[in-house]
Amino acid sequence: MTIEDIQNEIIDEFSMFDDWEERYQYMIDLGKDLPLIDDQYKTESNIIKGCQSKVWVHAEMKGDKITFTADSDAIITKGIIAILIRAFSDQHPKDIIDANTDFIDKIGLKEHLSPTRANGLVSMVKQLKMYAIAYQTQLN
Amino acid sequence: MFNVQDIRKDFPILSRKVNGKPLVYFDNAATSQTPQQVIDVIVDYYTNYNANIHRGVHTLSQEATDLYEQARQKVQTHFNAKFSHEIILTSGTTHSINLVANGFSSLLKKGDEIIVSALEHHSNIVPWQMLCERTGAVLKVIPMNEDGELVMNDFNNLLSKNTKLVFVNHISNALGTINPIAYIIEKAHQVGAAVLIDGAQACPHIKPDVQALDVDFYVASAHKMCGPTGVGMLYGKEAWLNKLPPYQGGGEMIAEVTFEKTTYAGLPHKFEAGTPNIAGGVAFGAAIDYINNIGFDTIAAYENDLLDYATEKLLAIEGLKIYGTSKNKTSVISFNLENIHPYDIGTILDKLGIAVRTGHHCAQPIMDFYRIPGTVRASFSFYNTKEEIDALVEGVKKAKMMLS
Repeated sequence: MTIEDIQNEIIDEFSMFDDWEERYQYMIDLGKDLPLIDDQYKTESNIIKGCQSKVWVHAEMKGDKITFTADSDAIITKGIIAILIRAFSDQHPKDIIDANTDFIDKIGLKEHLSPTRANGLVSMVKQLKMYAIAYQTQLN
Repeated sequence: MFNVQDIRKDFPILSRKVNGKPLVYFDNAATSQTPQQVIDVIVDYYTNYNANIHRGVHTLSQEATDLYEQARQKVQTHFNAKFSHEIILTSGTTHSINLVANGFSSLLKKGDEIIVSALEHHSNIVPWQMLCERTGAVLKVIPMNEDGELVMNDFNNLLSKNTKLVFVNHISNALGTINPIAYIIEKAHQVGAAVLIDGAQACPHIKPDVQALDVDFYVASAHKMCGPTGVGMLYGKEAWLNKLPPYQGGGEMIAEVTFEKTTYAGLPHKFEAGTPNIAGGVAFGAAIDYINNIGFDTIAAYENDLLDYATEKLLAIEGLKIYGTSKNKTSVISFNLENIHPYDIGTILDKLGIAVRTGHHCAQPIMDFYRIPGTVRASFSFYNTKEEIDALVEGVKKAKMMLS
């Protein structure tokens, strides 16, 4: 599936919910399925800056696609990163670089997109794209 | 007679909704809300008096200057300073601290010692570290205990003839502990050290008497005491303020300028370079009037009642731990739920319209002491109610249910 397909799938899933509580509960559940980062990569240099909770992300090239794994000490943050990784993992670097992140707004989590928000969703997106740029450069 | 429902009518923001729910504002330790009486003063200032001060011959300028200087006198009276020129109006506590730290850089030498407490806000640690780097002075730290209190025996052992400055907050922002500043000042003076007290967290709850305390410097911010942001004060004993060099150069702070030499203005203008936050200063005076009209005894009694009520209700939640359990504390509760990150709790509470602070509260050393990433901090003011505390308790229970 393309990143856009996955994003539409996530939007569909979230459209079933009527209120914030159900949306958050679902996000928290998604966080529990996050592909966890291997402990050896839980290093200081893999921590995403700008988050009030700790977020570690690791990226690995498998063939011509990037696989992301991550973890956080806060469960809501874990849910957000799980949603991002679901859309971006196992994709070509170029597609990750070009992807937009409007779907976060469309699933009713707009408040997390504000750059002033301490959870650092913006930093997470930036970090995933940075990995993609780095790998894209290698491929070229 | 204190009636919280009447008081709440003074604060227009308290009737707004957040995420569709009535706002419950429990982030008072970060900033307090502003009553209509203070908002009116700001509007009135820009509507009728706006001019630059201390320099115009025209009527507006003189009226604005009078208003600003009256505000300084209100600050002086409130803190019981001996002279109004011992009150420097600044942009806030951080500015005030940096002003003193900068001044001390010319008075300290290698081997001198500065004592700070383990309960400090980052703004109270960093300027002194910078000062130590510049001068070769050494920073010493008064340790804290499990209850979040400073250990006075250790403080006494740190004092020596090398101690030049002691710096402690009156009340801890992260935990609410009221520190024994009278004792600290007395002991520091016995070895000839100066004392600077950060009253940012104390001033919404306590009316300090700088002469009775015999403190050398005392600093505070207007925005934590129902005033506007961007204005605060530094009290310094006249002799100390004369000894310290100016902090910033600019207009207002000079007596005479030639290209060969500038002579500085007298106190307080020596430390007030440039056009100040005039409306903010005037409104600071109005905020002081406002809280004094309610009265600090009334405020303390009411807030203590809220604190006791909230402590009891929150502790009834299984797995909830309160950090900062000194008997001597103000209406601040820092807490965590077992195995749940404070950020998650804060996010859920926000969806319920409840504003709390989460994180390390700019006091990472305290969090390191407890080996936690941060806490949820609910801080109460005299305009909060027990019904709002009930909403918080229900919110925490809901967060626990959703997050476990």
